[in-house]
Amino acid sequence: MARTEKNEKKKLNPPKVKGLTFQDLLLTLEEYWTKRDCVLQQPYDVEVGAGTMHPETFLRVLGPDPYRVVYAQPSRRPADGRYGENPNRLYKHTQLQVILKPSPANVQDLYLSSLAAVGINLKEHDVRFEEDNWEAPTLGAWGIGWQVLLDGLEITQFTYFQQCGGLDLNPVSVELTYGLDRIAAYLQGVDNVFDVRWSKSMTYRQVRLPEEQQFSAYSFDYADAASTRKQFDLNEAEASRLLSEFAKLKGDAIERFPILGAYDLCLKCSHLFNVLDARGAISVTERAGMIARIRKLAIQVAQDWLAQREMVQAAAGVRA
Amino acid sequence: MKANVKVKGELLLEIGCEEIPAGMIQMAEQELKALLAKHLTAARLVDEPTVENSIETFGAPRRLVAIARNVRLKQEDVTREVVGPPKAIAYDSEGKPTRAAMSFSEKQSLPVEKLLLISTPKGEYLAARQSIAGEPARAVLARALPECIRELSWPRSMYWTTADTPRFIRPIRWIVAVLDGAVIPFAYADIRSGNRTDGHRFLGKKGIAVTAASDYESKLKKNFVLCRPDTRQKKIESEIRALTSRRSLRIHEDAELLNLVTYLNEYPTVISGDFDSAFLALPDEILITVMRGHQKYFAVEKRAGELAPHFLAVINLPSDPKGLVRAGHERVLRARFADARFFWDSDQKVPLDAYVPKLATVTYERRLGSYGDKVERVRTLARWLAEQWFNRGMTQADVTGSDRAAELAKCDLVTEMVREFPELQGAVGGLYARAQGEPDSIAWAVYDHYKPLGMDDPLPRNLTGCTVALADKLDSLVACFGVGIVPTGSSDPFALRRAAMGIVKIILERRLPVSISAMISAAAKALKENPPRINLSAETEAQTVAFLLERARFYLREKGGFSYDEINAVFASGADDLCDAADRVAAVKAIRYSKDFAPLAASFKRIRNILEKSAGKDDKGQVAVNPELLADGSEVELHVTSQRIREKVAANKRDRKYKVALEEISKLRPAVDKFFDGVLVMVEDRAVRKNRIALLASLLKEFSTIADFSELGSDEAK
Repeated sequence: MARTEKNEKKKLNPPKVKGLTFQDLLLTLEEYWTKRDCVLQQPYDVEVGAGTMHPETFLRVLGPDPYRVVYAQPSRRPADGRYGENPNRLYKHTQLQVILKPSPANVQDLYLSSLAAVGINLKEHDVRFEEDNWEAPTLGAWGIGWQVLLDGLEITQFTYFQQCGGLDLNPVSVELTYGLDRIAAYLQGVDNVFDVRWSKSMTYRQVRLPEEQQFSAYSFDYADAASTRKQFDLNEAEASRLLSEFAKLKGDAIERFPILGAYDLCLKCSHLFNVLDARGAISVTERAGMIARIRKLAIQVAQDWLAQREMVQAAAGVRA
Repeated sequence: MKANVKVKGELLLEIGCEEIPAGMIQMAEQELKALLAKHLTAARLVDEPTVENSIETFGAPRRLVAIARNVRLKQEDVTREVVGPPKAIAYDSEGKPTRAAMSFSEKQSLPVEKLLLISTPKGEYLAARQSIAGEPARAVLARALPECIRELSWPRSMYWTTADTPRFIRPIRWIVAVLDGAVIPFAYADIRSGNRTDGHRFLGKKGIAVTAASDYESKLKKNFVLCRPDTRQKKIESEIRALTSRRSLRIHEDAELLNLVTYLNEYPTVISGDFDSAFLALPDEILITVMRGHQKYFAVEKRAGELAPHFLAVINLPSDPKGLVRAGHERVLRARFADARFFWDSDQKVPLDAYVPKLATVTYERRLGSYGDKVERVRTLARWLAEQWFNRGMTQADVTGSDRAAELAKCDLVTEMVREFPELQGAVGGLYARAQGEPDSIAWAVYDHYKPLGMDDPLPRNLTGCTVALADKLDSLVACFGVGIVPTGSSDPFALRRAAMGIVKIILERRLPVSISAMISAAAKALKENPPRINLSAETEAQTVAFLLERARFYLREKGGFSYDEINAVFASGADDLCDAADRVAAVKAIRYSKDFAPLAASFKRIRNILEKSAGKDDKGQVAVNPELLADGSEVELHVTSQRIREKVAANKRDRKYKVALEEISKLRPAVDKFFDGVLVMVEDRAVRKNRIALLASLLKEFSTIADFSELGSDEAK
């Protein structure tokens, strides 16, 4: 009788999680940054390979206006998929992205306090900043910075953005990209990301495994190269059409012209390219060519986005 | 009392930064020292000859530091003479100052009476003596130090706030600038200089006030920063010893890694960790690369040399009492090793040669086709080279083995393992080949074929490896030259200088009998007969040969220790067979300063001058010496002696006994000396003159086949 009771109790109180659950980690970091005047944004609803591609980073870092934002961004890297069988590699991992524009002088301290906030004792762990200059050729973006290592594990990419969409940035934004999955695994002391406690009662495996299995299978085994390529061409053509129309525009139509729509199409190209790459359907030569095509769109979007903003502001000035 | 006024003091400059890349700090230390020396000298704050000795610079991840001792606290006053117009123009015939003198006086702000006359080599001039009062050093340095910081050059600098501020390698967050205990006030990149520094990022205090080098170092040490790299390195080395020696272990020596971790940490401490010995089934190269590359761990070996299941990590903390850091590192390494094991297994689900077709999808160079194309060319060349060795009696030459090794050499480029660890290219292919039962000679040839990577890097360990390495480098060189990719200045994207050096080194150190020009022609032929079927012009072929020979000269100078003129003399007589040329250079070096040889070499130079002078006079043309026309006794003697010696020289040369041959040649000296003492070459009688010129010409020609001695003595680059 007593034993049964004990068992019942165990069921009701799931095992105590060492370290934060995955969702508490996310919530804690979001709260930490919103308290430091960041806008809390949502993940972008188009497939992206990194938080940088979210318009809240790609477009916000352009131009002079200050901005601070934090958001989680599930990031799809089709070539990194392992059907959910590898303890560390994922088709889709979760980044937590922070943009601080302009970069504050105490930015490293702010970042380090966020680690303390999720339970990392900085005096007991080896936290270091090792040179790693980040570059995204498809976005015409690069920056100078480090990977942050926690006891030898890369947990964050810390970058002072120098260029985005091929444009020199002024002021300079800092981009912090946390790898949430691996941080959670570390905090919980588990070797396999699928063993991470997502919530008190659910594991990462229970929440995400089918996604990993099916999307790995899709991009490695099922995706039809010809039709994927066709989709790439269609999206690219539509984006180019929009951008060339924008060049001809005058007057009030400028303000509501969908540069954002062109950017979404550019993101779709980027994802389709990643699918083709994972499928092994791209030769090395072709690869460079496709990257250049995406980059061309991204650069045009960045320029037009700034031009649009300036024209709208100028017009508002005239009206005032 | 006045004698006790302090005139010199100590300067402390610290540029406090966010983490500077470890590989860049040493260069910055040196540059900062040179810049500070330059500025202190220009500002007349130090004595020039000792300036370098009185400045120390050092760095750590978050700081670059300079200490200058014996810096004057005030610039010395100086007087300077400014020269004006000549006396004749400055004063009229009556000795009164002219308008020229007046205007000079005005410009110098000195009344005419205070001007003086000085004598110069060009005559007497009006001059003004200006005295310039020295400024306090603090004011001078407030201008000079920002310049020092600005002038530091970095491989890739950045902005961190706005684009109108200075660039630096990483954001500057504080500046300490103190002279003789007091702050030198300036601002740079929106940072005001001061006397406060920061300790260790997590364990030290911030804003620690310092007054001089001595309390700077001790206060930082208390705050867990060892600011001097040699202190840090010694700490690391002694902790490595402590952790390994008592377990009869040692680290896999890695000086570069030691230097890197010295500059990656402000307070380095070595901890040891373990891994599952099951991973030791993977090859050592892979385990070491995984530990070293990403993780910067030292691999640990047993005394016998095999890897032990431990690693040493250098952390930026004084200790790891709870083992938390160790557990973290072990966990990361476990995952990395698991990845490597996954690649090892999955790459080998198919045999290595199954990757050959995939190479067709990897571009080598746009105009030069894919790696698949390159492999075909390298195979052709490897076979050709192996045939050369075989035909010259090298029985271990293996034509089919070289071909097979060349076929497999590039396969690992498309494996997961090399994609993850590019520095293991070659090694991975070799290891896979061996694991899959290829003969050892072929597996090692694949493994080694990128070698030698520099002048001091070892050669491939067997002949087949040398053959494939040569073929690969030859193809790179000839193919790139064929499409106009020629190294210029610092631009050499395909590392062709290194490839050419590798070719020279392999040929010379392995003593391979091959003609350079034939080798280049064979590579050109392979390029023409295989895709992309590019035709090399005779000019380009000659250019490629010349490029290779230039590397050979460089190698003989730097590695062989020969001088310019020795190499020039030998190369002037041909260097198509490099090993033979190297032997001749050695013979020339051995004999050039001997009693008879040196004067003889001078005589050869004289002969060449005579021949060059006579070149325009229609005195040449006659090739054979006509003994009947030999009039003078010394002339006859030279002719006879030279014929006798010629045969001995020829015999020794055939046997490649160059030193003996040169000793024979030096026996010509008495006859040559006598000839020049007793005979005039440029006589009136045309027939005699032409005959004498023919005699000299044949002498020069016949005895210059080992080296052109007339080149000796002009010790300079050609």
